[in-house]
Amino acid sequence: MHIAVGLYNYWIVVFLMMAGFYIVVAQGNFIKKIVGLNVFQASVFLLYISLGKVAGGTAPIIGEGIQTYSNPLPHVLILTAIVVGVATTALGLALVVRINEAYGSIEEDEIHKQDSES
Amino acid sequence: MIADHYPALQIVIPLLCAPVCMLVRYRDWSWAVALFGSWASLAISWELLLQVQGAGVISYEMGNWAPPFGIEYRIDPINAFVLLIVSAIGAVVIPYARESVKREFGVNRVYFFYTSYLLCLAGLLGVTITGDAFNLFVFLEISSLSSYVLIALGRDRRALVASYQYLVMGTIGATFIVIAIGLLYAETGTLNMADLAKILAEQPTSRTIGAAFGFMVVGVSLKLALFPLHLWLPNAYSFAPSVVSAFLAATATKVAVYVLLRFLFSIFNVELSFGVMPLDTILLVLSVIAMFAASAVAIYQKNLKRMLAYSSVAQIGYMVLGISFANVSGLMACILHLFNHALMKGGMFLALGCIFYRIASVRLESMAGMGRRMPLTAAAFLIGGLGLIGVPLTVGFISKWYLVEGALARGWWPVAILILLSSLLAVVYVWRIVEVMYMRPVPEDAPEIEEAPPSMLIPTWILIGASVYFAIDTELTVGVAKEAATLLLGGAK
Repeated sequence: MHIAVGLYNYWIVVFLMMAGFYIVVAQGNFIKKIVGLNVFQASVFLLYISLGKVAGGTAPIIGEGIQTYSNPLPHVLILTAIVVGVATTALGLALVVRINEAYGSIEEDEIHKQDSES
Repeated sequence: MIADHYPALQIVIPLLCAPVCMLVRYRDWSWAVALFGSWASLAISWELLLQVQGAGVISYEMGNWAPPFGIEYRIDPINAFVLLIVSAIGAVVIPYARESVKREFGVNRVYFFYTSYLLCLAGLLGVTITGDAFNLFVFLEISSLSSYVLIALGRDRRALVASYQYLVMGTIGATFIVIAIGLLYAETGTLNMADLAKILAEQPTSRTIGAAFGFMVVGVSLKLALFPLHLWLPNAYSFAPSVVSAFLAATATKVAVYVLLRFLFSIFNVELSFGVMPLDTILLVLSVIAMFAASAVAIYQKNLKRMLAYSSVAQIGYMVLGISFANVSGLMACILHLFNHALMKGGMFLALGCIFYRIASVRLESMAGMGRRMPLTAAAFLIGGLGLIGVPLTVGFISKWYLVEGALARGWWPVAILILLSSLLAVVYVWRIVEVMYMRPVPEDAPEIEEAPPSMLIPTWILIGASVYFAIDTELTVGVAKEAATLLLGGAK
């Protein structure tokens, strides 16, 4: 019971991770691949945030009556990872725009067909 | 005084030069900034190597925050050597880039190249120098993102698709590495590499650590293009601009190999990597397949850049094979081949860039009579090719020598035979080109061409010359490699 319900956040992480990874592999559309990549990365963000959370803990602020607080380090790390993720997405989308200008398509099959003809 | 801050300056100088390059924009000025950034990096990494050899491990506390809480830069013989490789290649490539980049990008876009090149250099050096696991990921992404840009700068539209594919696979690899670091943090509560190693050595292997280990190995293998995760590499190298292919082939995968070494031996210990986990068998099988399959594919390539790219996959197989032996000779072979392959492959890509500069083609059929049309360039290419085969008096021989020794020390003599057999495949793909370059007559309708300009020819010959020099005078490289290999196997402290 504990494994199924108590660790529900980790189940969500695993589900998102697999779903995102599947989208990246299975989709031929370049935008959809980026979406999959984002879902995949978001699952890792959730993993880190779950790691740092202490049950009943507050934000790590020194003050009256604050006894337990969550570990801020994983949360800070994930801020960095989010920035990296945003940069990756931006670059990926920029490449998709350029690919669309060059090929007139963002479908993997169509692009491979054009390349093998030329 | 300033010497105490070399570890920080190693990263800060190229990192600061990058925005400066973007701001000055004007072509030769941005080139001068890049030249300054890369040569300063080379000087610093040489100093650091000397310091490490004199005084042992250097630990630098970033911003004066003491490890394990602050970020520590930790330099020992292994990463000092890798730093030197990366910055030396960077320093040689930049003078070459001046002419080549102007021709391939158009004069007004060159600063894009220099900016992303400096960021990539800073990222690669950062991955190598850092002693903090999460910091490693951040630098890895800096270098990867800028290398996607560098590849996308290629003229051919296929460069865009190659860059996109590399971005997708590279990001998956990097995300795997973050998952591994997160799991390690969950288990140990630290991100400092030395601290991680200490805690992991005391703990029995839990399932979390096992999972972290798996994610880490797969993630890094994607970055270093270990067979069968190499699919991004051939396209990326063949459609990137000439300088970029040379720079990335000589540095990016090498740094990834270093990361693998660091994690397998320094952070996880030998017993966990090869005792609890059967990684030696897995790496052995994959690297042997890489040596044969990639070399065999290389034989059939009509595009020489693509051929060199496949040959890189095969050569990475040799490095990983050295790791799988998990003994001193094997690791020495791996570290030596890191250096030697960077010289040979970098030099060969540069030579191809010289040819491309003159005839705007890297197809095999346009190489006819190149031995007479551009004798110096063709000779450089030939010597690099002999190195890939592993002919005595080239550096390729030195690394194969230690590789065979490692295989025999482990008692795996069939592997030693396989190493020699796979060299025969290299003979085939190199010979094909030699035959076209030297035996075929110059086509009658071929226009008269000169040698490449000296600013391109000299860097090419520096790398190729070094690949011969270090085969004869092996004192520096073998000495450092031996020290590094012993340190890795002696447990990381």
